[in-house]
Amino acid sequence: MISERFLNYTVALLILGMALGAWVMDEPFLITLTTKAVILALAGVGLNLALGQGGLISLGHAAFFGLGGYAMGVLASHAQNFTPIMETPFLIEGTNSMPIIWLVAIVVSSFFAFVIGLFSLRTSGVYFIMVTLAFGQMLYYFSISWPAYGGEDGLSIYVRNSFPGLNTLDPIQFFGICFVVLMVVIYGVNRLTHSSFGLALNGARQNAQRIRTVGLNPFKIQLIAFTISGAITGLAGALFADLNRFISPTMFSWQTSGEIMVFIILGGVARLYGPVVGAALFILLEHWLGGLSEFWHIYLGVILLSVVLFARGGLIGALSKKENADA
Amino acid sequence: MPDTVLNIQNISKSFGALKASDGVSLDLREGEIHALIGPNGAGKSTLISQIAGKLKPDTGKIDLLGYDVTKLSIAERAKLGLGRTFQISELAMDYTVLENVMLGALGKRGGAFRFFMPVMKDAELRECAQSAIERVGLSHQMHKVTSELSHGQRRQLEVAVALTLEPKVFLMDEPMAGMGAEGSKMLTSFLDNLRQQAPILLVEHDMDAVFALADRISVLVYGKVIATGNVDFIRNHDEVRRAYLGEEAA
Amino acid sequence: MSTVLIIEQILNGLQFGVMLFLMAAGLTLIFGVMGLINLAHGSLYMVGAFAAAAVAASTGSFLLALAASLAAAAIVGAVVELVVIRRLYDRDHLDQVLATFALILIFSESTRWLFGSFPLFLDVPKALSGTVTLPGGIAYSSYRLMIILVGVAVAIGLFLLISKTRIGMRIRAGENDREMIGALGVDISKLYTLVFALGAALAGLSGALVGAIQSVQVGMGEPVLILAFVVIVIGGIGSIKGALVGALLVGLTDTLGRVMLPLFFANFMEQSSATSVGSSLASMSIYILMAAVLIFKPTGLFGRA
Repeated sequence: MISERFLNYTVALLILGMALGAWVMDEPFLITLTTKAVILALAGVGLNLALGQGGLISLGHAAFFGLGGYAMGVLASHAQNFTPIMETPFLIEGTNSMPIIWLVAIVVSSFFAFVIGLFSLRTSGVYFIMVTLAFGQMLYYFSISWPAYGGEDGLSIYVRNSFPGLNTLDPIQFFGICFVVLMVVIYGVNRLTHSSFGLALNGARQNAQRIRTVGLNPFKIQLIAFTISGAITGLAGALFADLNRFISPTMFSWQTSGEIMVFIILGGVARLYGPVVGAALFILLEHWLGGLSEFWHIYLGVILLSVVLFARGGLIGALSKKENADA
Repeated sequence: MPDTVLNIQNISKSFGALKASDGVSLDLREGEIHALIGPNGAGKSTLISQIAGKLKPDTGKIDLLGYDVTKLSIAERAKLGLGRTFQISELAMDYTVLENVMLGALGKRGGAFRFFMPVMKDAELRECAQSAIERVGLSHQMHKVTSELSHGQRRQLEVAVALTLEPKVFLMDEPMAGMGAEGSKMLTSFLDNLRQQAPILLVEHDMDAVFALADRISVLVYGKVIATGNVDFIRNHDEVRRAYLGEEAA
Repeated sequence: MSTVLIIEQILNGLQFGVMLFLMAAGLTLIFGVMGLINLAHGSLYMVGAFAAAAVAASTGSFLLALAASLAAAAIVGAVVELVVIRRLYDRDHLDQVLATFALILIFSESTRWLFGSFPLFLDVPKALSGTVTLPGGIAYSSYRLMIILVGVAVAIGLFLLISKTRIGMRIRAGENDREMIGALGVDISKLYTLVFALGAALAGLSGALVGAIQSVQVGMGEPVLILAFVVIVIGGIGSIKGALVGALLVGLTDTLGRVMLPLFFANFMEQSSATSVGSSLASMSIYILMAAVLIFKPTGLFGRA
């Protein structure tokens, strides 16, 4: 058994080593695959804040993933067509600058997370699961029926967006961007976990009544956590769209929500690196099992079922000795 | 009465046909311990819930420190200065003793909206929490996880969390429940001193503790207060003896 | 818009609502009695539809196909309950969500493996393929009318089952107090399997009935499942009455919204943008309905506080 912190560093270095190794061996596909794992991990880190620490079982985080993706798609498509997004009452133009796109993705997805949270957090338990799932589905159908940005077919962006000083079309450079973003977000989430807010948030998950009795408002605390959580997943959506240079309603689908949740359970609920390990594992399984059989989801289902029934705590729980607070 | 800190005026609460509180009036004065006793099912829990803010009375009014709090939430009442301990522990069970008490210290500070600095290294909060833990005698268990504490220790922890809030009024729901003789004795002498800091409305089944501590006792039967008075008055009250102390007095 | 068209759309809304009721009733019963959230309920809907399509293709009998859908879904439901679901009753909701999500993956991919990715077709039986003339001279599809009648019959049957029979008494006891039902000497694990199989059978029937008007394909269950969740949130968890009212509300809102909103926007917009704005809003209408209910009654219209 090893300490969780040591395991976390190892995981981060392994991912970095994977990408660098692929770069040295000139395997761009492998770099892209690693980048995909990093981006999905980021989406999972977002959900894990709400789910692992807040105990808010959101089955609608695809909403924020999709919103981040569409923020990128809308801005970049207008930039590529040289048409403004709107002219009245004031002019808004498209852009292909990543930092601006990220900012918009974060603002849009946190706004929606706030509004969805405002409604969903009036409920708890199973209601919360069903309500978040329903709101995710609402945005899914909206993206299908709104024809301006590709509707059901989705929308392609021909050139990857730009980042000052870097060539984003070079796989290893784009990987670098995504990896740094993931590390910065993980650092922030870790600080948050150990802050006053984190103490209250984890306390509210364990016993909301206790939080109320000391004069704090669990609703407010959870709403803020849900909003931050949505913003992180939204940022991941923008990066994911840039990775594929394509957006489609699939980003909003309930399967996407389910998969983000699967990363967390595979890695370990409420573990800092849980979603990272889970997303990496998911990509590995997708790649290996997908090579073995067209119907690899059957195996994925069986593995997931076994983890839930027999190996609670996920991979990190199995490897590291620190007792998870949830166990 | 200027020194009345908690004033419950004629509150009623029904669940269907059951009148859980039937025109209850009670007050709590500076410096006293006012014990609330009554047989099981007398409506003590319902009354406590209404005072704490978990339930709203159908009719009647509750004043806390001169404010009408009848419509305020649990958190708002806590902020005004109501410190509460629970009959069945309401603690964050995965947290250590210190972490639980830190929550109280956060509440006292008035908000949890600091997102970056490590809370457990906050000297001010930690000092506040540690002194409360010391006062209830849990210093040796400070880093123990709450779910591993005995029932009695959990009660002590509840009191410690309430202490950090420096409440002006304590509302304690059976703090002695599940404690051994030793623990009860210790807590009794602790509460005896605590009334100087803030008055206590005490719901308790342990009659030895009640008779040792209470300045006044109110007896609740079928949702009604049938008598209020000092220990001797209650001991010798005919209706109380019949309704409640019957088996002991016979 | 003509009255005839409106009445026809109202009937379509009722038919849709009745189908949602068959799904939601099982879900809400399973939640009420066992405290389980079951995402794989949509898979049982799909199992029913595939069983019906396969039996109809080999025998040509629609009645046998319906019987097959009930039987297949009930048997698969009972097996799944025995093997997986009963390990989840004591787990938290997160484990239930993930395990039943895993079941969806297994069911969907196994079905794709067995039947392929192409949709199957289940034909409406000849006797019901025409229209009936309703009072007022409205011609309406006999098959859809039959679905409404089946739904009404099932609703009545469920109410009778729960209020009048011994099993119903046990189900009600289980909803109120899980320990008491054990004290009554009822074999809980048998009751749970039975309730789960009953819910599964209703989902399977619903899948078969809808399968004849839409196509039978992998993934058909989940959109309906999510709508059934919306129904339950509106109606209140654990309440059959709530499921019925919620299902009809959702069915009518969705169906009428799709027809009316584009027409409504056409009053002050050009046709093409009215269609897109109207249909986009219509796709969101039931979720807006759900949000509105949450504002006023977070536990649903008939839910216990």
